[in-house]
Amino acid sequence: MNWARDGVNEAARRASGSLLQRVLRVDAPLFGLLALLAGIGVIVLYSAFGNRIDPVQSHLLRLTAGLVLMLGLAQVPPWRLAPLAPWAYAGGLVLLAAVFIAGESGGGARRWLDLGVFGFQPSELMKLALPMMVAWMLSRAPLPITFGRAIVALSLIAAPAAMIGLQPDLGTALLVAAAGLGVVFLAGIGWRIILALGAVVAAATPLLWVFGMQDYQRQRVLTFLDPERDPLGAGYNIIQAQIAIGSGGIFGKGWLNGTQAHLEFIPERHTDFVFAVLAEEFGLLGVIAVVTLYAAIIARALWIAREAQDNFSRLLAGGLALTFFVYTFVNMGMVAGLLPVVGLPLPLISYGGSSIVTLLAGFGILMSIHSHRRMWSA
Amino acid sequence: MSLELLRDRTSERRVVRGRLGVAALIMLLLFTAIVARVGYLQVAQYDYFASRSHDNRVRLAPIDPTRGLIRDRAGRILAENRPAFSLTIIPEQAPDMAVLLDELDRLIDLTDGERDAFMKARQRARSFQEIPLRLQLSEEAVAELTVNRHRFRGVEVKPHLVRHYPYGKTGAHAIGYVGRINQDELRRGDRRRYRSSSFTGKSGVEAFYEERLQGLLGVERIETNALGRPLSVLDREPPTPGEDLQLTLDIELQRIAEAALGDYRGAIVALDPRTGGILALASQPGFDPNALASGLDREAFRALSNDATQPLFNRAIRGRYPPGSIVKPFLALAGAADGLIDPDETIFCNGRFNLPNVSRTWRDWKPEGHGHVDFIQSVAQSCDIYYYELAHEFGIDRLHEWMTRFGYGSDTGVDLPGERTGIMPSREWKRQNLGEPWYTGETINTGIGQGFTLATPIQLATSTAMIANRGQPVRPHLLATADAAPATIEPLDTIENALWDITVESMVEVVHGPRGTARAIGEGLDYRIAGKTGTAQVIGIGQDEEYDEDELDQRFHDHALFAAFAPVASPRIALAVLVENGGSGSTTAAPIAREVIQAWLSTTR
Repeated sequence: MNWARDGVNEAARRASGSLLQRVLRVDAPLFGLLALLAGIGVIVLYSAFGNRIDPVQSHLLRLTAGLVLMLGLAQVPPWRLAPLAPWAYAGGLVLLAAVFIAGESGGGARRWLDLGVFGFQPSELMKLALPMMVAWMLSRAPLPITFGRAIVALSLIAAPAAMIGLQPDLGTALLVAAAGLGVVFLAGIGWRIILALGAVVAAATPLLWVFGMQDYQRQRVLTFLDPERDPLGAGYNIIQAQIAIGSGGIFGKGWLNGTQAHLEFIPERHTDFVFAVLAEEFGLLGVIAVVTLYAAIIARALWIAREAQDNFSRLLAGGLALTFFVYTFVNMGMVAGLLPVVGLPLPLISYGGSSIVTLLAGFGILMSIHSHRRMWSA
Repeated sequence: MSLELLRDRTSERRVVRGRLGVAALIMLLLFTAIVARVGYLQVAQYDYFASRSHDNRVRLAPIDPTRGLIRDRAGRILAENRPAFSLTIIPEQAPDMAVLLDELDRLIDLTDGERDAFMKARQRARSFQEIPLRLQLSEEAVAELTVNRHRFRGVEVKPHLVRHYPYGKTGAHAIGYVGRINQDELRRGDRRRYRSSSFTGKSGVEAFYEERLQGLLGVERIETNALGRPLSVLDREPPTPGEDLQLTLDIELQRIAEAALGDYRGAIVALDPRTGGILALASQPGFDPNALASGLDREAFRALSNDATQPLFNRAIRGRYPPGSIVKPFLALAGAADGLIDPDETIFCNGRFNLPNVSRTWRDWKPEGHGHVDFIQSVAQSCDIYYYELAHEFGIDRLHEWMTRFGYGSDTGVDLPGERTGIMPSREWKRQNLGEPWYTGETINTGIGQGFTLATPIQLATSTAMIANRGQPVRPHLLATADAAPATIEPLDTIENALWDITVESMVEVVHGPRGTARAIGEGLDYRIAGKTGTAQVIGIGQDEEYDEDELDQRFHDHALFAAFAPVASPRIALAVLVENGGSGSTTAAPIAREVIQAWLSTTR
């Protein structure tokens, strides 16, 4: 390959944008949108925590850690990142296996590795490593993807997704699989294969119901279909979340005034169900604003993918954009009662977890892809 | 490297860009779906969810009104509300009810009755409603529970008011008592007044004037969190307290009347003949209303209701007894008014009476007879023969008509629940109730207040007051403001005054005459009493009943009766005394009446 590192001319340097972009490798529009969203998140969380500032501070600390990782990854040009993909993927698999052997259990599931100083979820690494791996593998041959490579890609996806699903962490497994499948989709897999895969999934659903799901997961699906069948048990979350959303109306009850949130009717109101707090206090207008913000971030990420200058970057950027979307959509869908409850946080707003760090790391990669273009022409 | 150069990078880029476009479109659609869904919840379903959110956090807590006080005629408090601490449990807040009850049992010793009552109440209450376990905690129990509060989630120790009757058993049948409302009363009752833990009057004045005493519930709108913990009171509608009531009853006279009855079973009704205001209304044996009002447990209540002497039975208004000779002055008056007898004319009483063509002989209570008796002496000596003849001349139809005018066989309309109507038999009554024609012999028995005739003590007192008033009927009542309430019977203003005078004189002769049946009580009085003794045969003991000899003897004793008013010149008290199995009216009932009359007239002169 001919990396044109030295042949950067003056025109290209001018075209590459502002100081921020040239020196810090930061994409200003994306950074601005993310900062806005995180800011809204902090405001909503403060209310969701019942006006307590302590947890909000620790949330800010995590955002800062994510910011540092984002800036760090933004410095790594895609051509340095691409060769790391197989290693990251292999390492991720090893760590996932280690979770089974030596993982810390929390809430009935083994997800954590205790590294002494902090807990670490290998599934978080996989959220980035898998799309990188698939994008790397697919970019080594001409697109559109061939049938054979599609099989290889699906195997690459199935392995970590299954391991995470068995932890069990259905939400993350879904997300990791979506990241990989998104890349395969962008690589131009044939519509016929997509239809066939859809048919296989539809056919496998009953089998999954019987053999592949834990009891609590089945409960969640049943409850989703009819929350009122167990209004004080499994359906409670869904019902209370919908009461919170519906009672928000168009203009909302006002910041810090959400009765459902402040009187603790919404469970997990600062984590998975924070969207209900947002909808209750800021109403339909607030929801539209936030959804628009998410859409803008995704649009910017898609634009970065479109403008990327090689297939690895294109596929990876697009895959990350799709992952971010799935994240957002599944969370909002479940809180609004469109999807069954799967444990996924609302990206960049929900409190806690390593997810926020991983998400920002992903945006670091996107920024790197955008800020390093033109210097990486074929 | 050469392979790299052969790749059609433009077409590859087109592939990815195409897919990016498709993905963007799908994502836009799905985001639109989210917004549409949220919009549906927040706009179309807003009202529904807004009210559910409101119901979620707002709990209505009823506030019991303060029950009205009951005072006697002198303003002495007969029923009041005292602070007490109760133990209540909110089931939904208790993590494990069985464990909780066991732990409470260790601390304050629960009875089985308390547990039963609690479990029953729990079934009909909703899980967030507090259910009482014990209404009156001892001070030690309050202290123990307060110290151990953290161990008992869902348990509340709350101050509240308990009905208290300062005079205890005295006057219990008149005043009545309150008890926890039952399911039936709750269903029928006014929802603005009662909730499942309310108390309601169960007998006496407490029950009759329930609506006025109870007041209206207030309500507090309380904001609660998801655990049901009250956070703040949003607003409060205060309860409307019940009305205080003043009675005509004199609790001191009541105490004297009950003491005068001693250990006898029986009843006394004393009233002011001018107004019908009841001065004393006693029924023995009685009960302690405080035990009932404080939520006496089931077993103790069952023991009271199953007691053979029926302490909960209000004999004064529900006990029906043959009035016996009490009816004599009424009949003599009626006979004179109808011209059947001349008050001065005498008949000869030889102790026996026969009807033509009837083999049966009716005997006087005095086997040898009373000799020559006129109106006055027939009452004074209680000559049966005089009344056998009078009744025979009347015939049952006119006899019935006259006695009904005096209130026999009618309600008095007293302001107490459960008054029973006596019986003044007639042809029609017998046909309807026994399906038999009337026999002439039965008229003879009716003439001395026996046979089918039954009267309640309150009716006897009320009819006696009518004589004291010379034909003006009164409606007996306990509520002081009910003095003007109309009687249930019409005034008797067609009888000339002279006949009333003779009737009163004949009753005076009973107490003060040399041959009066109650002359023993007439001595040493500085006023005169008009009275009439009665002795009613105990009837209706079933052949198949089993009892030991002593019991049998006792239960065959006659009921003793005495009806009177005093002072004769201007009557201020009219009363009826009934002593079950007391023997004769003159020896048992009359002295009791004298005590009551004496007590009343000496304090109100």
